[in-house]
Amino acid sequence: MSTAKCRLMLPEQQADVTRGGTRMRLRGLVRKEFLQILRDPSSIAIAFVMPVVLLLLFGYGVSMDARHVPLAMVIEQPDADTAGLVGAFGNTEYFRPIVMPNMRSAEQAMLAGKVNGIVHLRSDFSRRLRSADGAPIQLILNGVDANYARLIQGYVQGVWGAWLNQRATQHGAPPPLAVDLQPRVWFNGNFRSRDYLVPGLIVVIMTLIGALLTALVMAREWDRGTMEALLVTPVRMREILAGKLIPYFVLGMGGMALSVAMAVWLFQVPLRGSLWVLTLASALFLAAALGMGLLISITARNQFVAGLLAIITTFLPAFILSGFIFDIGSMPLVVQWITHLMAARYFVSILQTSFLAGDVWPVLLPNAAALIVMAVIFLGLSRRLARKRLE
Amino acid sequence: MTIVNRILALMVKEFLTLMKDKFSRMVVIVPPLLQTLVFGYAASFDLNHIPLAVYNEDGGGASRALVAHFTGAPVFRQVAVIRRQADIRPLIDNQKALMVLHIGPQFGRKLALGEAAPLQLVIDGRNSNTAAIALNYARNIVMSFNMQWAADHGHGGPPAYVEARAWFNPNLESRWFFVPGIIGLLTLVVTMLVTALSVAREREQGTFDQLLVTPMRPSEILIGKALPGLIIGVLEGSAITLIAVFWFHVPLIGSVFALITGLCLFLLSAIGIGLMISSLSVTLQQGLLGAFLFLVPSVILSGFATPIANMPKAVQLLTYLNPLRYFLSVLHGVFLEGTPFSLLLGQFWPMAVIGVVTLSFAGWLFRRRMY
Repeated sequence: MSTAKCRLMLPEQQADVTRGGTRMRLRGLVRKEFLQILRDPSSIAIAFVMPVVLLLLFGYGVSMDARHVPLAMVIEQPDADTAGLVGAFGNTEYFRPIVMPNMRSAEQAMLAGKVNGIVHLRSDFSRRLRSADGAPIQLILNGVDANYARLIQGYVQGVWGAWLNQRATQHGAPPPLAVDLQPRVWFNGNFRSRDYLVPGLIVVIMTLIGALLTALVMAREWDRGTMEALLVTPVRMREILAGKLIPYFVLGMGGMALSVAMAVWLFQVPLRGSLWVLTLASALFLAAALGMGLLISITARNQFVAGLLAIITTFLPAFILSGFIFDIGSMPLVVQWITHLMAARYFVSILQTSFLAGDVWPVLLPNAAALIVMAVIFLGLSRRLARKRLE
Repeated sequence: MTIVNRILALMVKEFLTLMKDKFSRMVVIVPPLLQTLVFGYAASFDLNHIPLAVYNEDGGGASRALVAHFTGAPVFRQVAVIRRQADIRPLIDNQKALMVLHIGPQFGRKLALGEAAPLQLVIDGRNSNTAAIALNYARNIVMSFNMQWAADHGHGGPPAYVEARAWFNPNLESRWFFVPGIIGLLTLVVTMLVTALSVAREREQGTFDQLLVTPMRPSEILIGKALPGLIIGVLEGSAITLIAVFWFHVPLIGSVFALITGLCLFLLSAIGIGLMISSLSVTLQQGLLGAFLFLVPSVILSGFATPIANMPKAVQLLTYLNPLRYFLSVLHGVFLEGTPFSLLLGQFWPMAVIGVVTLSFAGWLFRRRMY
């Protein structure tokens, strides 16, 4: 009926009423969406329970830092020299050396997964130690998990280098290794893997939240036939979409705030950048993630297909292609291009920098710009397709 | 006979809901296969083209030889030459270089005098795993430089050296580890696609009540709902395995029979969990939430990317409830170690138990949870 009245007004007055009406209609739509959220509390669970459960589990559970790796030591002829080396292995927190009588039992232990590697010193170790060629320290690794094997190899070389230096000083000999490598690891001097895993996990969790919250909302209206009911009212498609986004944006930002609070206070991840940059970047990412959910919801014809799409397009891509675990620079070029389609990729870069390094603008700005582009594309496409579905 | 007919009818209906719609048919079939290809290339801890900047204050022959050791290695790519200390920070901060090689002015002199010559290495630790791997590469290069230096200058080398050898994966290619893992991940995702929403959807639409008043017993409904997941899972799991073997050339040295047994038992447990989630949910949204609340922890706590041995004891105990953990052991065992069937029984029975328990619970829920 308000439209009927509008027709009798002058154009500028009409525009006035529509604008005022937009605010009122939007308020109504947002209210309706909030009521729906309260009725099926799974949305609230998605925004607040999911981050807490997942962060607790992963913050405590996941670690790249190998400690007390069981290592079999087979010493064919124990003496003072070998004892020094075995002692060097026992002195680091990286290894738990287990002395075994012979290679056969050590190999069986490795096949059974009881030890991750074997250090083998032959009976002529001490003799060859004094010869010109030097004595081999044979190291056999279980190469199934290649990265783990490499890590162990690196630790063994560390123990070996320290042992050599110690021996040299004891004998008053010059240092056996000409170049002494002195690594300085910036931002995370102790290699605390939690410091980089927790920000990455926040990205994965926020990707899921974004998609889960909005993937079903539009499809649900179509499924239940309430979309037609909405369309015969004076509300515009634009307003419907905004009415869907605003409540979930508020929920999502709440979930994000909770995640950051847990990262900083519970997991002691340093937050070196400023909070407002983090907030702004989160808002941009959430806009892109919610936009993607909305697009899924509109492209799929019903909630079922929207659910399928949400499962297949969010979690694993965000986990594997975002640079959270696997280094993007080492992927083949074609795969690197594909990673540019992931909003998560930009957010991982922003979060790792802003948590560990600070406000480094040359890193933050391009990533933020990419997030803006993605948000605009997703939301614009949603708007377009939603209108087309009416025809 | 009628039981079989009833189950078959339900199965056909389940297949129709998934396959009739062109869009949902595509969603179940195409993305998992595409993702196998993309993830197979993406999931690797082997670094290459590590951006390296060089700050050589010495400039002598020895320092240049050391730099050449780095820039000549295929894993490193020199992106900048620095002349001032102050240039290090922006390069690392802006992620233009992951690593800066800093050779002090006394390097050549110390080396000539037989003292330990320090080589400073600045590494961007934002991704501590990448930093640790890059540092490992650098260690190896410095070690080979030291060996060569000692040999060239008649020092006779160190009195002992490490001689490493790896079983099952001699070149330590991390793709051999990750591609079998991806088979497990994607099979799990596909099973969740087919099962986690199937009951929830019927409940939301009210057709599940209709199903309950038909002569079908809950156990028959259960079988009818589970079989499509099993069939689709076996087909896609096999297709992904073929991609792993023939496209990525991961060696499959164990028995195919053990692999298929593992796949079927894993599918049984995953279908059980999917149907359990689905029958616990009243709306599709709840089903979706449940699917993710299961999917994410089970992938991250499976040992796919981070070893289970690094987890705290309490979390390690939790992983025993995770079917993916056992399936990954089967996959790695069969693919790389050639573990015989009999040694895999310890992985098989937990999956069977999880499957039986969750399937029975799901069947029980069919009747109990009604709103």
